[in-house]
Amino acid sequence: MDRPTTVTDRASRGQRLLSPRAGRAPRGDRLFDGIIVGLGSLILVITVLAALVLFQGGRPALERFGFGFLFGTTWDPVHGEFGALPFIVGTLLTSFGALLLAVPLAVGSALFVSEYAPPWLAGPVSYLVELLAAIPSVVYGFWGIFVLAPVVRSIQLAIFLNPDLRAIPFLRSTPTGLGLFTAVLILAVMIVPYTASVARDVLRLVPQDQREAAYALGATRWEVMRHAVLPYARAGILGGVLLSLGRALGETMAVTMVIGNRTAVADSLFGQTATMASVIANEFTEANTALHLSSLILVGLVLFLLTIVVNLVARVLIHRLTPRGVG
Amino acid sequence: MPMRRIATLLAALTLFTAAAAQSLTGAGATFPFPLYSKMFSVYGQQTGVKVNYQAIGSGGGQQQLLSRTVNFAASDAPLSDQQLKDFQAKNGSPVLHLPMSLGAVVLTYNWAPVAKAPAQPLKLDGQVVADIFLGKITNWDDPALKALNPDVTFPNLPISVAHRSDGSGTTYVFTDYLSKVSPDWKSKVGSGTSVSWPVGSGGKGNQGVAGLVKQIPGSFGYVELIYALQNDMPYATLKNSSGNFIVPSLKSTSLAGDVPVPADGRFDITDTSAPQGYPIATYTYVLLYQDMSVTTDSVEQAKQVVALVKWMSTSGQQYSEGLDYGPLPKRVQDFDAAQLAKLTFKGQPLD
Repeated sequence: MDRPTTVTDRASRGQRLLSPRAGRAPRGDRLFDGIIVGLGSLILVITVLAALVLFQGGRPALERFGFGFLFGTTWDPVHGEFGALPFIVGTLLTSFGALLLAVPLAVGSALFVSEYAPPWLAGPVSYLVELLAAIPSVVYGFWGIFVLAPVVRSIQLAIFLNPDLRAIPFLRSTPTGLGLFTAVLILAVMIVPYTASVARDVLRLVPQDQREAAYALGATRWEVMRHAVLPYARAGILGGVLLSLGRALGETMAVTMVIGNRTAVADSLFGQTATMASVIANEFTEANTALHLSSLILVGLVLFLLTIVVNLVARVLIHRLTPRGVG
Repeated sequence: MPMRRIATLLAALTLFTAAAAQSLTGAGATFPFPLYSKMFSVYGQQTGVKVNYQAIGSGGGQQQLLSRTVNFAASDAPLSDQQLKDFQAKNGSPVLHLPMSLGAVVLTYNWAPVAKAPAQPLKLDGQVVADIFLGKITNWDDPALKALNPDVTFPNLPISVAHRSDGSGTTYVFTDYLSKVSPDWKSKVGSGTSVSWPVGSGGKGNQGVAGLVKQIPGSFGYVELIYALQNDMPYATLKNSSGNFIVPSLKSTSLAGDVPVPADGRFDITDTSAPQGYPIATYTYVLLYQDMSVTTDSVEQAKQVVALVKWMSTSGQQYSEGLDYGPLPKRVQDFDAAQLAKLTFKGQPLD
């Protein structure tokens, strides 16, 4: 059934698909072509326009601060001094911190569902994991404030009361329960389903032959996973990770509710800080000087560009990791 | 038959446009929104004039007034001198300020579960509040706090400062007060709708700050009086410039505003000179172009706006106290009437 496609297969299929073009395409086809090309390029146009609008809006701030905007650590609306470094660092730390926690969980759950779990369990488990994606982020925020923050606060308090641990600057903090660490935890839970469901689907697509061949060579179950299944699914899983990362970079509401909203670079694991999305959400409505507004829009542009760069890097990674001959 | 049908249609259309003319639009401050929406709903029932008010924030309201997309704007902070100039330069008419209601900001705190809350409201003065928000006073057992409250047993508990993370008129009023009572605050932080806080965590909105205060033992933050009243939160009494400790209330808020009206209506009542007035109080304003033709299509519409605002500053005030807003003092109501009398439409007086 799951016969791997061969080169000749593809060639002949391509031939069939292309053949109507040899003559004059029927009107329906041409119309459809037009619609598809139009819709496809519309997305490009929207993206370019969004970037343009952000650039236009952020221009006064860009002219005033130049590239120093990216490295400035002061964000002082009263005295009109704006630097976005705390938010850039905050966004990167929370997003990659969350990935670090979420990816092993997500890949683990995907492996469990596709390889280990009996069918009666696999269904409900994957359903529950996907359900996580359907919870509105403000609800995550509430959960963060009322459940997660007290837990983190008691951890902070334990560190605060222990002189040896308190001596480590990385752990030092006022026990409020709100800050970088809480934001990372909540983001991790929020992004698990994206990686998990993509990884599960990719793992299911790994041809049975691949597994059977490995078993035939005498591999143990772990060795089959390690050498036959995971390498095959690697690129696909990374695609899922990419989706998660995109979600983490842009997440606003839940993070705003638990990160402490301090316009400074986090000074410890539990330190209070802010992300690009959270500062925009917080200050946009009442930004009443032109420079403040423009700086916020410029932060938006930086976030936009950062997302593009991260995505490009990830695409290159996926390309490199795709096993030869797998497609 | 068809002729009659067309006639009916035309009649319906005319009715529709007439109804559309009966609707006014405004945008701006969120703080007075509960009061305004009550006023507009009652006014709509009484006169049939529908008011569509969008609580998008004071800054947003000002922007919309500048770009002439609303009939009137509402703002917690008066326009600055520069803004007044900009508005006049762009639209050719000065902007008038009409104080419409009063609000106050209170300081709230929480020691639970580490220590028992004090039986009486804490007594504070501006200097101590500024020092806490500057990070100079960091523990509840600080001598400065003890000196103001000799009867209270203070716990040895670090103070966690909570402030607004979103830009807000509340923050503006609070930091404006701190700038007046503490030279240090003025030079290091200053006043604005968003400021660069030296210490503390930020929560979004009153409910965000309230959430922080309720959750974190040893916390200290500021919220609107109305929010503290409606959510039963403890709040401190504050020493005013006359040396009296004032309990924040609707009455002490209104008293704070009962001072001589400045010529352009742009009040500055933080750290009020009124002896029984609460020191962190503020007016919230309705902003109108003196020449109403800038934001209205016709004399009729301009007159409707005038009638609405006149009603808000007089009969509408009866809804203030039920909703925990400070009612306008008599002299401010008179001032609003005088401001309304100045309004024109293309140079012609409206009254």
